[in-house]
Amino acid sequence: MNTSVTIAGIEFKNPVTTASGTFGSGMEYSEYVDLSKLGAVTTKGVSSVPWPGNPTPRVAETYGGMLNAIGLQNPGVDVFIKRDIPFLRKYDTKIIVNVVGKTTEEYCEVVERLSDCDVDLLEINISCPNVKEGGIAFGQDPKCVEAITHELKKRAKQPIIMKLSPNVTDITETAKAAQAGGADALSLINTLTGMKIDIHRRSFLLANRTGGLSGPAVKPIAVRMVYQVANAVKLPIIGMGGIANAEDALEFIMAGASMIAVGTANFVNPTATTQIVEGIEAYMKKYQVEDINELIGCVK
Amino acid sequence: MSVALKKEAVVCENLRIATDIYSMWIKEPEMASTAKPGQFISMYCSDGSRLLPRPISICEINKKQGALRLVYRIAGKGTEEFSMLQASDRITVMGPLGNGFTLEGKKALLIGGGIGIPPMLELAKQLSCEKQIVLGYRDVTFLDKEFETYGSVYISTEDGSKGTKGNVLDAIRTNGLHADIIYACGPTPMLKGIKGYAAEQGIKAQLSLEERMACGIGACLGCVCKSKEVDHHSNVNNKRICKDGPVFYAEEVEL
Ligand SMILES: Cc1cc2nc3c(=O)[nH]c(=O)nc-3n(C[C@H](O)[C@H](O)[C@H](O)COP(=O)(O)OP(=O)(O)OC[C@H]3O[C@@H](n4cnc5c(N)ncnc54)[C@H](O)[C@@H]3O)c2cc1C
Ligand SMILES: Cc1cc2nc3c(=O)[nH]c(=O)nc-3n(C[C@H](O)[C@H](O)[C@H](O)COP(=O)(O)O)c2cc1C
Ligand code: FES
Repeated sequence: MNTSVTIAGIEFKNPVTTASGTFGSGMEYSEYVDLSKLGAVTTKGVSSVPWPGNPTPRVAETYGGMLNAIGLQNPGVDVFIKRDIPFLRKYDTKIIVNVVGKTTEEYCEVVERLSDCDVDLLEINISCPNVKEGGIAFGQDPKCVEAITHELKKRAKQPIIMKLSPNVTDITETAKAAQAGGADALSLINTLTGMKIDIHRRSFLLANRTGGLSGPAVKPIAVRMVYQVANAVKLPIIGMGGIANAEDALEFIMAGASMIAVGTANFVNPTATTQIVEGIEAYMKKYQVEDINELIGCVK
Repeated sequence: MSVALKKEAVVCENLRIATDIYSMWIKEPEMASTAKPGQFISMYCSDGSRLLPRPISICEINKKQGALRLVYRIAGKGTEEFSMLQASDRITVMGPLGNGFTLEGKKALLIGGGIGIPPMLELAKQLSCEKQIVLGYRDVTFLDKEFETYGSVYISTEDGSKGTKGNVLDAIRTNGLHADIIYACGPTPMLKGIKGYAAEQGIKAQLSLEERMACGIGACLGCVCKSKEVDHHSNVNNKRICKDGPVFYAEEVEL
């Protein structure tokens, strides 16, 4: 039975990774999960200098999901390189580093710094709804997506995954733009912009007013977008958005994702990732699937 | 520190002890064996529409029986669900989480405000020094009788129906209390006042803070508070309440 998948020439022992920002750099969850059992660990977004993030409250629960407005708090690329990469390299798993910036120059700076580092792929977050500059502003305009992809592609030694925003009318347009810019793969979806109002205090619940919606509530939208993009571009896709168990993961794979990422589900079940790996294997045994690649995009 | 566990615990009893306030004992021997005063656990709802666990402080630890006590207020749908649990029901919990109080000092002031009172009970039990316990309520009191076993209890109520009329600092001043260490848990404005009082008196204060949480274990960065020093985790001035706290020395954090 083969569970390994290949993205941009890099082989992953199985199609399960973590969704950026929900797993840190794996340190906290390594007490619950053997990271070597995962196809890859995708880290929290890293910027050129430390970012303090947004004021609190930063998280709020919603029906079957949550809103977050963390604002990409992170220690900056230097601390990340010194501390987090050596930590993750102790495990037999691939490392995907999520990159953030406020300007094209800042994205380029981080990518250049990481180019010489021992990491396997770079995932470019051009879709964070919680920071004003950069983030989502890049991710919504196909011209910007193509331009920034092109710039980063010139500088990166590792394959580049562009992480797309669902906060657009037609996600296939940004997907095609990323492909035209030279992206090696796509991640989707990032969170959907949402809002919650505290009716008792008559105020916004999040200090940032709006936040990104994630969790089971977004899953049908994410599956639809993965399907649309898989049929519009040739690039491999890492699918995410509300995946909580192996059944959810298989939906994404059948819709066209080569890999899947587990996000909010980690907060509910710290061992969700490895349970999904096992659940996919159990499904393959049950239906006598020899190779997971047979399932990728099998629903047309 | 030992790894926090996620487990199904058995509810031993779940009693209403005041309007909207419940006291629950759950049996989970492994958690009970490592738990410390000031730590908390994450309690999961069984309704899948409520995804995130609810952080609730440990009120009492019974290592012999392998049980933990939680005292909580119905604040919304999740705690309402907990209030309906009955003996022998099961509930999924994760913990113990957070750092807990550091036991120190010769003469301590333990200050609890509102639903910040429960975690002071196990602390009062475990602290062997001289203890003065100040409890602040809006109106109806709870747990106050139980504290009397462990030290002298002073009460403040906002409506003046019991003890000193006003807040916990009014009770401290009215009763002329002094100490070399303060332990406190309660609403942020109260903690702010205590931080100022401790600075004015030149004594140490350990404050237990609260913030909305998602992961509860330090990964999501949802629950931070402003810290004076650059934190070791993100290299900015933010400490994670769930992992680096919930207990901080007053001078470590900005409120
Ligand atoms: C470290 C810590 C210890 C706590 N200890 C206790 C305790 O011992 N007893 C007690 O009664 N309460 C305690 N609380 C507050 C308790 O977590 C909330 O009252 C509870 O989560 C509300 O859940 P709900 O579903 O009833 O309310 P809802 O408003 O329906 O909850 C919706 C979401 O908001 C979150 N939330 C709502 N209010 C708070 C709050 N005040 N703090 C953090 N998250 C909140 C919930 O966890 C949930 O994710 C503690 C909070 C923290 C952070
Ligand atoms: C608390 C939190 C923090 C996040 N931080 C990042 C981030 O730093 N970079 C990023 O690209 N996406 C970030 N995301 C988005 C997730 O990676 C993922 O795209 C999204 O949550 C959908 O998946 P899910 O429903 O499984 O969580 C974050 C999501 C959450 C909930
Ligand atoms: S709740 Fe996730 S870091 Fe504290």
